[in-house]
Amino acid sequence: MTGRQRLPGQRPLLRTLLVAAGWTVVALGGTFALDPFRNYQLALVAAYLCATAGLTVLVGATGQLSLGHAALMAVGGYGFALTRNALPFDGLPAFVVALLAGALASAVVGLLLGLAAARLSGPYLAGLTLAVVIALPAVASTWSTVLHGDQGVHIAFEGVPDALRRVVALEQWQAMVAVVVTSAVVTGLTVLRGGRFGLRMLAVRDDEVAARLSGIPAGRVKVLAFTASSVAAGVGGAVLCFVAQTVSPGAYTVGFSLLLVVAVVVGGLGSILGAALGSVVIVLLPWLIGRLTANLPADAAQRLDGNLAVLVFGLLLITVMAVAPHGLHGALVARRRRRPSPDVPRPTAEPAPRKVLVPTEEQR
Amino acid sequence: MSQRSRSVALIATTALAAAGLAACSTPEPSPGVTEDTVTVGTHTPLTGPAAAGYSSISAATKAYFDYVNDNGGINGRNIEYIVKDDGYNPATTSTVVRELVQEDEVFAVINGLGTPTHSAVVDYLNENDVPDLFVASGSPKWDQPDTFPNTFAYNANYIVEAKALATYAQETWPDKTFCVLGQDDDFGTDFTTGLVQVLGADGLASTQTYSVSVQDVVAQVGAMQAAGCEVNFLATVNGFTALALGTAAKMKYGAQWVSSSSGGDYPTLVGYLGEDVAPLLLQGFVSSNYLPFSPDDAWVALFQEINDEYNDGAPFSGNKIYGMSVGYLFAQALAKAGDDPTRESLLDALEVGALTGNGIVPLGFSTDSHAAFEGVGITVVDEGVQDYVDGEIYTTDAGNGPVEPYTGEAVALEGDGIPTA
Repeated sequence: MTGRQRLPGQRPLLRTLLVAAGWTVVALGGTFALDPFRNYQLALVAAYLCATAGLTVLVGATGQLSLGHAALMAVGGYGFALTRNALPFDGLPAFVVALLAGALASAVVGLLLGLAAARLSGPYLAGLTLAVVIALPAVASTWSTVLHGDQGVHIAFEGVPDALRRVVALEQWQAMVAVVVTSAVVTGLTVLRGGRFGLRMLAVRDDEVAARLSGIPAGRVKVLAFTASSVAAGVGGAVLCFVAQTVSPGAYTVGFSLLLVVAVVVGGLGSILGAALGSVVIVLLPWLIGRLTANLPADAAQRLDGNLAVLVFGLLLITVMAVAPHGLHGALVARRRRRPSPDVPRPTAEPAPRKVLVPTEEQR
Repeated sequence: MSQRSRSVALIATTALAAAGLAACSTPEPSPGVTEDTVTVGTHTPLTGPAAAGYSSISAATKAYFDYVNDNGGINGRNIEYIVKDDGYNPATTSTVVRELVQEDEVFAVINGLGTPTHSAVVDYLNENDVPDLFVASGSPKWDQPDTFPNTFAYNANYIVEAKALATYAQETWPDKTFCVLGQDDDFGTDFTTGLVQVLGADGLASTQTYSVSVQDVVAQVGAMQAAGCEVNFLATVNGFTALALGTAAKMKYGAQWVSSSSGGDYPTLVGYLGEDVAPLLLQGFVSSNYLPFSPDDAWVALFQEINDEYNDGAPFSGNKIYGMSVGYLFAQALAKAGDDPTRESLLDALEVGALTGNGIVPLGFSTDSHAAFEGVGITVVDEGVQDYVDGEIYTTDAGNGPVEPYTGEAVALEGDGIPTA
């Protein structure tokens, strides 16, 4: 591979920024077409996307599996809420300061975790990150004077700014804020992955020894990747706190943390579009199931409520892995490549210009 | 890449088209009310750790509404009750309540359960002018007519309850050492505030707290034993009341237990402790209540009938009485809200003080107060039966007002328990 050649999925900075700006404008325009509940769901998707995008870059590009991203979201949420409550002023400046504080808090925790994570791999790293999620309720109750135990921290309600009050509804405003913040996070991650650092991450993932021999500080790359991913998750948690006005350990359970991984895997590992699709699935699926079971007799509905979604997620994961091993995004890419040239006998044999950063057989 | 952007455009267009269709469904002028139905909803834990203690409440409320509907409804309208599971998780509460308001277009949210959970939606409901009635929590937060004009409490305030229980304890056991075990949230803090109001700043020899996520209170109970506590107040949910009593019994620590009504329901405690030892452990157990409760009460008899016929004869407990009492109070509010109820007329009916409810003390709803019960009666368990202690009913406020005995009558059952205008 020559030095001038770009790796699959890499593109110039300007183009990335233009695509990001375009998507953001489309999403902001879209909020006008949505009813309040749809906008609320959009805000949730955006908040989850921060975390899943961070996770998919981490898992896809460095191969570090984190089961603890829910805890990192919680750190961001607590950082946001505590700062927001401590600030003497309101409005946009307070939001920005609190958001930065949330990002900073998750960066610090992510850095500490990343330092440990760089020394671990595979199931040991998964175990470490899982333990962090499990410890969350205990942390919240041990420092309950600040974190208020299971009850969590509430922030004061803040409506739509007066200037926009006549134009946009509350949910639409929240969705717009969430979309803007998320697009900044996702753009940041895309730029990070598309640049020099992205190459280093891939090098470390594919062969750590070879990377070291080439002068890449493998440990530092892993720690930085973990920290960047934590910041993304933390900002997601802050956005979620902004939308729900509350952050509590009950919202960031082990189940939710695994759901983030499910979203990333179902969407397509390493793909940000896949992370977006995965976030849509984890927001819409429980809601759809709730709609479908609403007409069942009360007794049956009560039994199914909350439990059926877990079952469906499990089945979905198995089905997607069996039918489309590269997730929804991988399936989209594969279908698109097949469609224009149906005469090609074995389209899978082509060298894949794909963005899914899973090591191929040759790379292994 | 161009193919890629084409499919992106396709996805975006489809999403926008779908959204456009969804946006076309414009809400009716008075949401949730049709010619022959009124739709209301609630959020409550049906799954998760809190479900065991509370999931039967919404089923009881629904059973009562079914009973009303089978008997002609209220002002000719049937009450439809949508129950959403939030797993006692505030993030889920935010989602399901928005679903109730925006998708199901409910007329009102009634009996939303839990302080942390309901705190996540109280701003939202008030911002959207949705009546938020009879919150199933004793936090003083719901009684703020200026901040939350649409929110009305149901449970007796934790402070009121604690003041009444402390007064009873002081009169009954004047020379004993008092202590408290409380949940490490508003519930425990408010309850302890009420105790200190009556017992004084140095009235509690030991103040212990626990967290719901840690299923162990050995350290706390041990500390109370070491401090020589003889009368222990409990601001605990049912599961932890049982845990505290069981732990004390294992440690051979005998004490008098005095529990908040939130964790003092005898049939529920028996469920936790087991049929065999519960009557022994709970002998003399003191709690409070504000709803009809005595086994020979007319309300209880009616609710038992409704439970048998409309709730498949589920085990009858304080939760069933609670759920049906909430249903009765909403039915009464709806009856008083006029032939064509609107959200405004419903709130007006509550604020003019036209409602009686079915409690042992009068309801306190007015323009200045959104607190339901400003007093409680004392209950004691004797040989496996929990009942009111005659003449021990106290009324007070959530501030530093005096605790006074209440001598009025409980609200009597009228007709078939179906309110009329």
